[in-house]
Amino acid sequence: MSLSDFLQRAMSRWMKEGGPEDDIVLTSRVRVARNLQGYPFPVLQTDSHAREVIESVARAVASPSMASLGKFELVRCQDLSALDRQVFVEKHLISPDLAQQEKHGAMVLRDDELVSIMINEEDHLRIQCIYPGLRLEDAWKTASAIDDALESQLTYAYHDTYGYLTACPTNVGTGIRASVMMHLPGLVLSGSINRMLTAVSQVGLAVRGMYGEGSESYGNLFQVSNQITLGETEEEITQNLRSVVYQLIEHERNARKALLARNRTQLEDRVSRSFGILAYARRIDTKETMERLSDVRLGIDLGIIQGVSAGILKELMVTTQPAFLQKYSNRELSASERDVRRAALIRERLRLDDMEVQG
Amino acid sequence: MLCERCHERPATVHVTKIINGEKTGYHLCEVCAKEQGEVLNPFVAGNAFDFNKLLSGLLNMESSPGYATVQSVQLRCPSCGMTYNQFTQLGRFGCPDCYDSFSSRLEPLLRRIQTGTSHTGKVPVKSGATLQQKRRLEALRRELQQAVANEQFERAAELRDQIKLLEQQGD
Repeated sequence: MSLSDFLQRAMSRWMKEGGPEDDIVLTSRVRVARNLQGYPFPVLQTDSHAREVIESVARAVASPSMASLGKFELVRCQDLSALDRQVFVEKHLISPDLAQQEKHGAMVLRDDELVSIMINEEDHLRIQCIYPGLRLEDAWKTASAIDDALESQLTYAYHDTYGYLTACPTNVGTGIRASVMMHLPGLVLSGSINRMLTAVSQVGLAVRGMYGEGSESYGNLFQVSNQITLGETEEEITQNLRSVVYQLIEHERNARKALLARNRTQLEDRVSRSFGILAYARRIDTKETMERLSDVRLGIDLGIIQGVSAGILKELMVTTQPAFLQKYSNRELSASERDVRRAALIRERLRLDDMEVQG
Repeated sequence: MLCERCHERPATVHVTKIINGEKTGYHLCEVCAKEQGEVLNPFVAGNAFDFNKLLSGLLNMESSPGYATVQSVQLRCPSCGMTYNQFTQLGRFGCPDCYDSFSSRLEPLLRRIQTGTSHTGKVPVKSGATLQQKRRLEALRRELQQAVANEQFERAAELRDQIKLLEQQGD
């Protein structure tokens, strides 16, 4: 299969499409945690409980109210290979935790992969919507519509005072976690990122790495999300996040402008060197890939590099991950084989664009 | 190396304590460490920063060293059997009923990690229909009290009729 065919099939809509403020915001994600009344949470689940939960959700997903919201398919973790589960993690459709739930876990995917529902992760249900660019309201509306459709078929664990009950009290109430993935090279290069992130954490938001809780941040990518789930409405939570994201965008744009005005040559040098490495390297690891991609994306945004699609960062940050590379190669690869394969894929992908470096 | 406390079992836990800047270290076996309460510290066993451990650290605040530990009555959820101690270690409840079973300990916790202690957002359509009515009834009753206090008896009578009507619909 050719690379362009493979990418066409393998990429979710959020990876291919653009959206508002997408020079800085890669994706907007909303996930909603729900549990079924009458069953223990997954942490205490027996095999039969887990099966019954999956079966009830399967019936709800097959109902007409869900059919009006798109084409959904339920897949049990046990029916997928470990590699396929890892590919879903790399596409941000499921969490690393669900990929581990081989026995009890399942997922429902919509055909455009903007919507996924994790079953028997930390909670019985986690409805997730991921949109390209800054589209938090759309993500919440879609998640809420799916929530309504499922609720018409299922009985949720709901408490008059505490709201939607979740396994962890950090999610109780609305059960909502809204997060925005941002590319902030300007703030990192100008050294003001830590000050920004401290300020963000003081207004009740959290900053995490690419794959959520505990994951490291590579390539100047930061995930900003709400921490509070109880005592505020879903709209207040998403609006609060959005207004902070807008402020971060403004600071990032100013930082980029200042860098360009003060250190133009340095910046051009850095961006062009990274581009050269991606275009010619024969082996490269994930961390360096992310760092070079971040530079190249910055070069594209600032007009230093032309003819390369801006979507390349989002696309390659997923397709150069270990499971994806192995899927593309159709076999298991050792870490050093992956580095060679990754460099080849990047070179080939760059040739698909008609690139040139200015100057 | 044998445990420095019981001198019987092999030492498998190394404990480092820093109290007022003074560092002491000793080797214990698992049994003695448990008896000494050393492995209760949520950060001892972890190798990576883990949010749940941080949470369970928060939950354990009341029994942190330095406070006289009062053995609290063991709370247990009758539905799933989870005890409050298990919850503090896991950071997760066992079932929806845990929220009521542990409500006495939950409120201070929620005040620490959340904005408020009651939900103001979306209400499920099915199980929420009764709740929405309940919220309306509460609002009407509050208004009725206010009207009586202000001696607005005509308004009070209207409100009384509305409340009666709503209550009948509820049955």
